[in-house]
Amino acid sequence: MLGLGIGVVLLAILGLVVLLVGWGILTYNSLVGLRNQLQNAWAQIDVQLKRRYDLIPNLVETVKDYMQYEQEVLTKVTQARAAAVSAQGPAEQARAENALTGALRQLFAVVENYPELKANENVMRLQEELTGTENRIAFARQFYNDNVMRFNTRLQTFPTNVIAGMLGFAPREFFATDDDAEREPVKVDLR
Amino acid sequence: METRGLYGEIAANRRRSLLLAFGLAALLGLFGGALGALYGHASAGLVVAVAVAVVLLLMTWYGGSSMTLAASSARPADPERDQVLLNVVNEMAIAAGMSPPQVYVIDDSAPNAFATGRDPAHAVVAVTTGLYAKLDRDELQGVIAHELSHVRNYDIRYTTLVAVTVGAIALLADFGLRRMWWAGPTRSRNRDASLPVVLLAVVVALLAPLSARLLQAAVSRRRETLADLGGAELTRYPEALARALEKIEADPEVLEAANRATAPLFIVNPIKSFERRAAGLLRSHPPTEERVRLLRGLVMQGGGASGAGPAAPRR
Repeated sequence: MLGLGIGVVLLAILGLVVLLVGWGILTYNSLVGLRNQLQNAWAQIDVQLKRRYDLIPNLVETVKDYMQYEQEVLTKVTQARAAAVSAQGPAEQARAENALTGALRQLFAVVENYPELKANENVMRLQEELTGTENRIAFARQFYNDNVMRFNTRLQTFPTNVIAGMLGFAPREFFATDDDAEREPVKVDLR
Repeated sequence: METRGLYGEIAANRRRSLLLAFGLAALLGLFGGALGALYGHASAGLVVAVAVAVVLLLMTWYGGSSMTLAASSARPADPERDQVLLNVVNEMAIAAGMSPPQVYVIDDSAPNAFATGRDPAHAVVAVTTGLYAKLDRDELQGVIAHELSHVRNYDIRYTTLVAVTVGAIALLADFGLRRMWWAGPTRSRNRDASLPVVLLAVVVALLAPLSARLLQAAVSRRRETLADLGGAELTRYPEALARALEKIEADPEVLEAANRATAPLFIVNPIKSFERRAAGLLRSHPPTEERVRLLRGLVMQGGGASGAGPAAPRR
């Protein structure tokens, strides 16, 4: 009788252990899935940033001849681009990108003063490409942040929060712009 | 519109879709059976109806989007001429975290757009030239976001499927009733068929097309509302979509490329005279004013965004 009782208790403990391990494995796998999505979303931002770096020399080249007296703005854009390309770490990167966005905004504002530029087919196409790229960057960040939120919520809610740390998962930071003014987009209206 | 809520909504929606698809298939089978009973071959009618359904579904699966595009005389978008459109589609695809769909253009000055295809990997978004001539970039983004929501929610598969089934039911009912009217049951065997069976068959033949159409309209209306909300979630700027809907609704031009079969696919039903006359239950889209009010309500709640991250650009 006593032996049977111990057997039942042992079986129950064994069952509990199996359940716990199974839950741990499932949780681990789904967290890895979420983290990979997050990394993919982050990579997408990089792809779009790179696209912007590639477009800027074209733009500068196209408008340079028309803007003899605006060399300062053009230099600023070129420098901001160089700084963004070589930026290290998310915080510095975000700062450099914001500076670049600001410099481009200035450049587009200046273009407004040059009717021949505004009418130039090439400039118009490049501006649309840059507008599109700015949007892509913003939407890629939005998508990244949505994924961060999903990941973090998962990590910080019960019961996942009990084992997330043990499994080596840490919450991610949102990609935030530190300056509220930066939330406003570059307004480009050539029509 | 918290993110998990939206995903839950998609899952629930897909479950409902599956149920309804089975419901429609059963309806088709019942109808075939009833029609067969009129001629003394209930099971033969059932088999034929199911076979027809299978063939139709296969055709829809592999050729549905190309048929729809051909019926709307759409052409593939051109990177030179349709630069803005292609850019906007790419932007919204990034916002949705999916690969961009194929983009087609319908040369028609009436503003409208639709999405089709069997799944996100085979999706097509078609836009009239009038749409991007008359909307600004923000509004175009709103419309494309609405269409990509249809894609992401698998609406494209389901609405095409339902449209085909409803079309088949209408065709069969027409055929059956005409036979009864003009020829009457001719074979002697039918004289043995009991009156209740014949009566039932007639009632089913009369009611099946109507109930199928009601179901289709109900599904379509719900899908449109969900796509409006999903679109707002992608752009975080519901106001632009609201403005776009108002512009499309107010535009007096008639979209010649649309017909009864493709009309429910568009973002705003292009057969406007029908939508205005139709009773509420038959409408494929909720009234535009209602959709606009819903979207503007989101604006007042502070955008309804998930609360994470910077606001998206509003261009």
